[in-house]
Amino acid sequence: MLKLTDVVAHYGPIQVLKSVNLEVRAGEIVCLLGGNASGKSTTMKTILGVVRPTAGRVEFEDQRIDRLPTETIVRRGISLVPEARRIFARMTVWENLAMGAFTRQKAPAGELAADVERVYALFPRLAERQHQLGGTLSGGEQQMLAIGRALMARPRLLLMDEPSMGLAPVLVDQVFDIIQSINRLGTTILVVEQNAAVALSIASRGYVLQNGRIVVHDAARALLAADHIRRAYLGED
Amino acid sequence: MAGVLAILPQQIVFGLALGTVYGLVALGYTMVYGVLFMINFAHGEIFMIGAYVGWWVLALLLKAQVGALHPAWVVPLMLLHAMLFAGLLGVGLERFAYRPLYLRGATRLGPLISAIGASIFLQNAVMLSQGARMKVYMTSLLFPRTWRIQIAGASVSLLVIVMIVVAGLMMWGLHLLVQRTKLGRSIRAVAEDREMATIMGVNVRRVIAVTFFLGSALGGAGGVLVGLYYTQIDFFMGYSAGLKAFTAAVLGGIGNIRGAMLGGLILGLVESLAVTFMNPAYKDVVAFVILIVVLVFRPMGLLGENVAEREKV
Ligand SMILES: Nc1ncnc2c1ncn2[C@@H]1O[C@H](COP(=O)(O)OP(=O)(O)O)[C@@H](O)[C@H]1O
Ligand SMILES: [Mg+2]
Repeated sequence: MLKLTDVVAHYGPIQVLKSVNLEVRAGEIVCLLGGNASGKSTTMKTILGVVRPTAGRVEFEDQRIDRLPTETIVRRGISLVPEARRIFARMTVWENLAMGAFTRQKAPAGELAADVERVYALFPRLAERQHQLGGTLSGGEQQMLAIGRALMARPRLLLMDEPSMGLAPVLVDQVFDIIQSINRLGTTILVVEQNAAVALSIASRGYVLQNGRIVVHDAARALLAADHIRRAYLGED
Repeated sequence: MAGVLAILPQQIVFGLALGTVYGLVALGYTMVYGVLFMINFAHGEIFMIGAYVGWWVLALLLKAQVGALHPAWVVPLMLLHAMLFAGLLGVGLERFAYRPLYLRGATRLGPLISAIGASIFLQNAVMLSQGARMKVYMTSLLFPRTWRIQIAGASVSLLVIVMIVVAGLMMWGLHLLVQRTKLGRSIRAVAEDREMATIMGVNVRRVIAVTFFLGSALGGAGGVLVGLYYTQIDFFMGYSAGLKAFTAAVLGGIGNIRGAMLGGLILGLVESLAVTFMNPAYKDVVAFVILIVVLVFRPMGLLGENVAEREKV
């Protein structure tokens, strides 16, 4: 479904992605691990075309997308739950969800309203707060809103950048339950996580990014069992 | 003193008229700042050119001798043309004077200097094409001096009421557009977090262009209203009007749409009252004293937030 081949990306003169090769198949949950500043978020932004690859190719559903404008990529079915949530603080919960559906120009209003209801069903807290400004929500609620906002685009591929960052342990489990149920409903997921143990437990495969290169790639179960991965990313000695 | 009190209601109505027009022009500064973090110093010239377009529409109608000119259709016609022309001019400025700079990631200073250049260019273009001498708005043909109404003991010309109503309706319309429509949401999204707006699929360049169009169109409308009111326009009129509208935008909190409206109203009222109680020669000084006081004591303006904090994100 998604395929990155030898992707290279720069910020100005600095090469951040040196060679990223990664594939996500339809229906999967794939986990992208890696230390701080290894280029995980940049990989996500490169897929969406927010950062332009300087070499290599990105394909989605067998078509090259690395030269397309971001709005087209979103319209084709990829959306992002960004690192640190990045909800629109000065918009209400409902307006944030409406922004998520921005590219669905031709969708009838009734369909959008039904999708909003579906998000509210997934996150009842958001329904209670639909007229509240995004900036007044708690961290957990903001994460729910960020996920709901991404779902409003009806993505076939959902990119999630550290969805559990800064959440209390109870909420972390909740978020991963939600990720699993979104996946069961048919959305393919690529998730970046620091919380590698939990992420790998719901993923089918995982990649490890180091200094802008994919250095390890294996089945999630094998990664969970591999000693060096456990040491490096699961916080065990 | 009794004399002063007698004209007070009238001065308040004038202040409101002046204030709504300042607010209208201030919106152009504040909206552009909101999405691009730059002060469009050429906005005063866009306002001035709006006044010229209105003048031309009126002049052509007079030349064509279409018969009785009733403000009910003539004023909307003048406004429409001025807004369209000013709006497109704003889009052109953005496209050719600013976008090449911000796309190349120039510092803040680049677009700013380009804006000052555009301002000088437009002034000279108008001076060369329209002449340096002032042009006279034939306002009295549209609003005969006898058209006055009584409000709270004050005798006010109908034109002043029309100014308040037109500027007020436009501000209300803009408010609805920004708060209630999808386009408005995309403008707010770009202002709040440009990268996230992109990730939502918003075409940021288009939103910036639309913002220039809207802000410039309102500025052009302001030019027509001011032209009708003062009845004299020249190529330099955008300079002080622009500075005042900019003051209004800063007073309300630059980047804040409601702030621009509020700042305009306050500035208009204060100016009008200053003229009542002080030597009218000090009228223009008032605006700049306000600007300096705000910049020193409350740089974020009345309704604005701490922009410096926000920009760190
Ligand atoms: N907008 C940016 N401009 C310049 N450098 C950046 C930018 N974003 C990230 N970087 C740098 O790129 C590297 C990779 O960042 P990122 O992809 O965010 O890593 P990760 O998500 O794995 O922590 C880091 O060294 C970071 O400082
Ligand atoms: Mg990151």
